[in-house]
Amino acid sequence: MKILLITEQRGGKWNNISFETLAASQQIAQQTKGTISGVVIGKGVGALANELAGYQLDDVVLIEHDLLAEYTPDGYCIALRQVIENAKPDLILLPHTYQVRDFAPKLAASLGESAPSKGGKGMIGDCIAYRYENGKLVFVRQMFQGRTAADVVFTGEPPWIASFQSAAFRGDTAAKRASDKAEVKSASVELKPEQIRTRPLELFREAKQAVDLTQAPILVSVGRGIKAPENIPMAEKLAKLLGGEVSASRPICDEGWLPMDRQIGSSGQTVVPKLYLALGISGAIQHVVGMKGSRTIVAINKDQNAPIFEIADYGIVGDLFEIVPALIEELEKAPAN
Amino acid sequence: MRRCSSSDGKGASVKIGVCVKQVPAKDAPLAIAEGGTWIRESDIGFEMNEPDSFALEEALRLKEKHGGEVVAISMGPDRVKQTIKEALAKGAERGIHVLDAEFYKLDPLGSARSIAAAIKGENFDLILTGLQSDDQGFGQTGVLLAELLGRPHATIIMAIEVIDGRMKLKRELEAGWFQWVELPLPAVITIQSGINKPRYATLKGIMAAKKKEIATVERGSLGVPDSRTQQIERIYVPQKAKKTEFITGSPKEAAAALIEKLRHEARVI
Repeated sequence: MKILLITEQRGGKWNNISFETLAASQQIAQQTKGTISGVVIGKGVGALANELAGYQLDDVVLIEHDLLAEYTPDGYCIALRQVIENAKPDLILLPHTYQVRDFAPKLAASLGESAPSKGGKGMIGDCIAYRYENGKLVFVRQMFQGRTAADVVFTGEPPWIASFQSAAFRGDTAAKRASDKAEVKSASVELKPEQIRTRPLELFREAKQAVDLTQAPILVSVGRGIKAPENIPMAEKLAKLLGGEVSASRPICDEGWLPMDRQIGSSGQTVVPKLYLALGISGAIQHVVGMKGSRTIVAINKDQNAPIFEIADYGIVGDLFEIVPALIEELEKAPAN
Repeated sequence: MRRCSSSDGKGASVKIGVCVKQVPAKDAPLAIAEGGTWIRESDIGFEMNEPDSFALEEALRLKEKHGGEVVAISMGPDRVKQTIKEALAKGAERGIHVLDAEFYKLDPLGSARSIAAAIKGENFDLILTGLQSDDQGFGQTGVLLAELLGRPHATIIMAIEVIDGRMKLKRELEAGWFQWVELPLPAVITIQSGINKPRYATLKGIMAAKKKEIATVERGSLGVPDSRTQQIERIYVPQKAKKTEFITGSPKEAAAALIEKLRHEARVI
């Protein structure tokens, strides 16, 4: 199987999830006795292409253009389509980032004959795993907010496009070459300013981060189950007794019950504390990707089928408004170290 | 009525289409249907896909500010009319129902092609969708609609300003980063959840909705091929990645047992 891996960078810095997708590509290439071309796209990103060429892949395709200095969906799709039509891969793999969500479905739909009205290829996005069975690739993705998983297969003709969720593979397992480097090929693409309809303006961070949750050894994290802002102090008290910080799933920060810098998940922080205590968090994918690497995970939830229990080491099915006060009482008797 | 100046002098009015999907209610117990490729839909409740409720609210606010019209679009079996009615009760002017009893069998491209075909004659200035659906969760419909209709798009948007036929949008990136982007109308935008506080329907709104029009289009009549690029082979309850040790007993007993385990077994406190 001929694989085209599309990596992601911004301002000449890798999005490291690219190496997770590289690891996935290497596994699939090995099983299918296939090849990998790694794409680096942008402007002034030759150093990244050289770095990628030090990994186990067959070649690196460097796409550089003045109009690709900043990401736009039009620029990326037009450029990548030219490279794909030339390289004719069977499988195009991408990391499932916000940027990929923004352009990859459009890229897929624009491929093939007489696209987009009749042709068009499909994308299986946000995969957590794959299986190679009887000569067929089966992609696994979550549905219903992680309450079910689904095996999905491509039905039409290649190229097929798939993206892998953050932490589906380990980036540090991506195999490097022993000494030599793969060939870096520059691809020239045609791109005109009038083809790019969106104009990217400044990049910025919202208010500076008041708290660095990535450094907290213990996190007490609240989700919708906390019900009302008046109940947040209870979680704060528990966090204080444990010597940790309070964090939250997205809806809590959207409601303004806790500031945005306390949000864990794909749009917030990724954390790996030694203890992560999830209170009333159902465990939607967007949250889980930000905390599933935690050493010990405790979930307290009234719904015994909540997906959070799939990754929890310890679980209590029950009413957090009864259990948390009991935990506080217990810790007040004998404080944590 | 497009692009004409509104009487209050706030600029050109906008004709907005908003895609609202109906999905199983958050607390609905899910069971796998016979055949194993979908869930059993017969005994569960359905509701408006939460991410789409933010898109609807944003559409209503844009209309209230600039003048114009909001059209709620939904695809699926007969029951999705309820979700369109909810949008009408909140303030949308009319609805379009793309009727397909087996909507769940479509792939993202097939869904987007069907919606694109159904709204072709509408010439919306702006089409809004939620970030993704809480059922299949592909998050592709908005981007695909833009491609199929030949319009620019932007996704995961946290703020919208409309200025003279252009939009300035605050796009959410990852890890706390944002970016402003500008694009011309007509366009397609997907809305990040949490951008606003969706309103509740008022009694007056519910009454008014009864007189509003819902146009029904059979998906089969749109001439969209049924060919799929992908299909679900099987859905199932995922296998646990870890073995969870469940702690039982009264709240007091469970709390004491948990603290004990965290101290002496996991050794994390």
